[in-house]
Amino acid sequence: MPILLHCHKGTGPAVTGMALVAADNFSARYDLDRTKGIFSRPSHKLAGRSYADRILVLDTAKGGVATAWMLHDMTTRGVVPKALIFNRVNPILAQGAAFAGLALVDRFDGDVTQLFRTGDELRVDPATGLVEILNRDG
Amino acid sequence: MRLTDEEAAMLAGEFGEPRRWAITHQIAVGEFFDAADLVPVSQAHIMADTESLGEAGVRFLEGLAASPEADCRVRVPTITDPRGVDFAVYRRLRQTDAMAALERRAIEALRAFGVLMTDTCINYQTIMAPIRGEHLAYGDTGVVIYSNSVLGARSNFEGGPSALAAALTGRTACYGYHLDACRRATRRFRVAVLPRDFSEWGALGGIVGEVCGSYWEVPIIEGIDTVPDSDALKHFGTALASFGSVALFHIPGITAEEAIIDGAPPARTIGRDEIEAFLARYDAPGERLDVVVFGAPQLSLFEMEMIARALAGRRVHRDTTVIVATSPEIKHAADRMGLTSRIEMSGAVVAQGICFYQSYAREMAEANGWTRLMTNSAKLINIIGGYGYRPTLASLERCVDSAIAGRVL
Repeated sequence: MPILLHCHKGTGPAVTGMALVAADNFSARYDLDRTKGIFSRPSHKLAGRSYADRILVLDTAKGGVATAWMLHDMTTRGVVPKALIFNRVNPILAQGAAFAGLALVDRFDGDVTQLFRTGDELRVDPATGLVEILNRDG
Repeated sequence: MRLTDEEAAMLAGEFGEPRRWAITHQIAVGEFFDAADLVPVSQAHIMADTESLGEAGVRFLEGLAASPEADCRVRVPTITDPRGVDFAVYRRLRQTDAMAALERRAIEALRAFGVLMTDTCINYQTIMAPIRGEHLAYGDTGVVIYSNSVLGARSNFEGGPSALAAALTGRTACYGYHLDACRRATRRFRVAVLPRDFSEWGALGGIVGEVCGSYWEVPIIEGIDTVPDSDALKHFGTALASFGSVALFHIPGITAEEAIIDGAPPARTIGRDEIEAFLARYDAPGERLDVVVFGAPQLSLFEMEMIARALAGRRVHRDTTVIVATSPEIKHAADRMGLTSRIEMSGAVVAQGICFYQSYAREMAEANGWTRLMTNSAKLINIIGGYGYRPTLASLERCVDSAIAGRVL
């Protein structure tokens, strides 16, 4: 049986993809080289890693409002995560995901950076507030 | 969410496509945060620099702005955060004509909505300071934290699309810092020594921000028995918002609202050693210095005067660029008072309406061969590493002395 995890209802479409997990935070402006599609901030735990088409699993949002526009531009250019999973986001990430039509969920029981592992195959359904780990048994 | 008859009509498209898009976006965000309804706002402040808008964002603005004026005219006074290009200096900074062209398109689209192009992140010092209890839709984390904390206004961080939506509907989803419950303090800090300059106020904000690490944390800062000035709290707040994503702080007896906290959690004490350790993280004595930036947030008139004094009769090293970023209002005042010419006589560049990090910082670094950056802004230190810079945080005076020497002193 796949593992089924509940969260708050999110925003964006249901998607399936591979998780990229770190106990770190997120800002599109502070952390990303949006042209190359990699984490560029040297101190970020995912520095040098590609985020394109991954389901990013991180702790929370950093300061900065630019992410609200940047997720839309990244989506339009096709170099973008498939979905975002956080412990708890700030308004900017929610606004940015809603504007970009990107899947975003948060507020689970437990720490998402522990619940999920890099390489997990996930199905994220923001409308129902459910995330399935497809390649691990519960 | 509960909608008024007018809001339901907007959702049904009766007020045109821009307002239909706007309220649909606001409902999506509001439902994400369990908002019960929308609250009227008196101002909106839009972050819309072209680096973050991108071509896609500019096209989006142009699309909405092509609607009939009655459909896309903003409903409340709406102002802008710094933009990506200062047309007077962009070539000196080796920004490109393509960047300037995109900027012109964005400005034209925003003007079609009736947006006032203030291009500033210090509107609370220069345009119109909010009133305690006033509900707002402000973009720029530094503007929000200062307005919420020092002035007692009520705003969430409103990213560009959401601030535009609020401008179009005249309201925003009522969640977060619009609600009393969210404004209660959650953590206590005690400052053992008062910061000595803006870089140390920023360092203090960075330290508190790193401990808080969440938009939903509200720190109380105790032990500040001398009233700081507006620029000190500007640097403190912007760093706190940048490092911690924090939107509200309380300093008992100084900030606008009474700090209410459940129980009496122990206070974390911050002393001189911790502030100095924060600054030391970024130190690089003796290294060649490529660029010194005074901005983030834009400089007040008093900061402009401090820089003019520090640079008086001196010449910036030929291998170092000094950029002084301020708002158009302050730039005009500085021109009139002779501050701009005094600063530029040293070789420094005074830019208006930009704030450096929103201005294609990566491309500027590549075009100019910049790596080592020095500033007295802790906020800028936090942001700019991701753009490929190696930043050093120091006092205004030490930044200026280093710019003259061409290396980090």
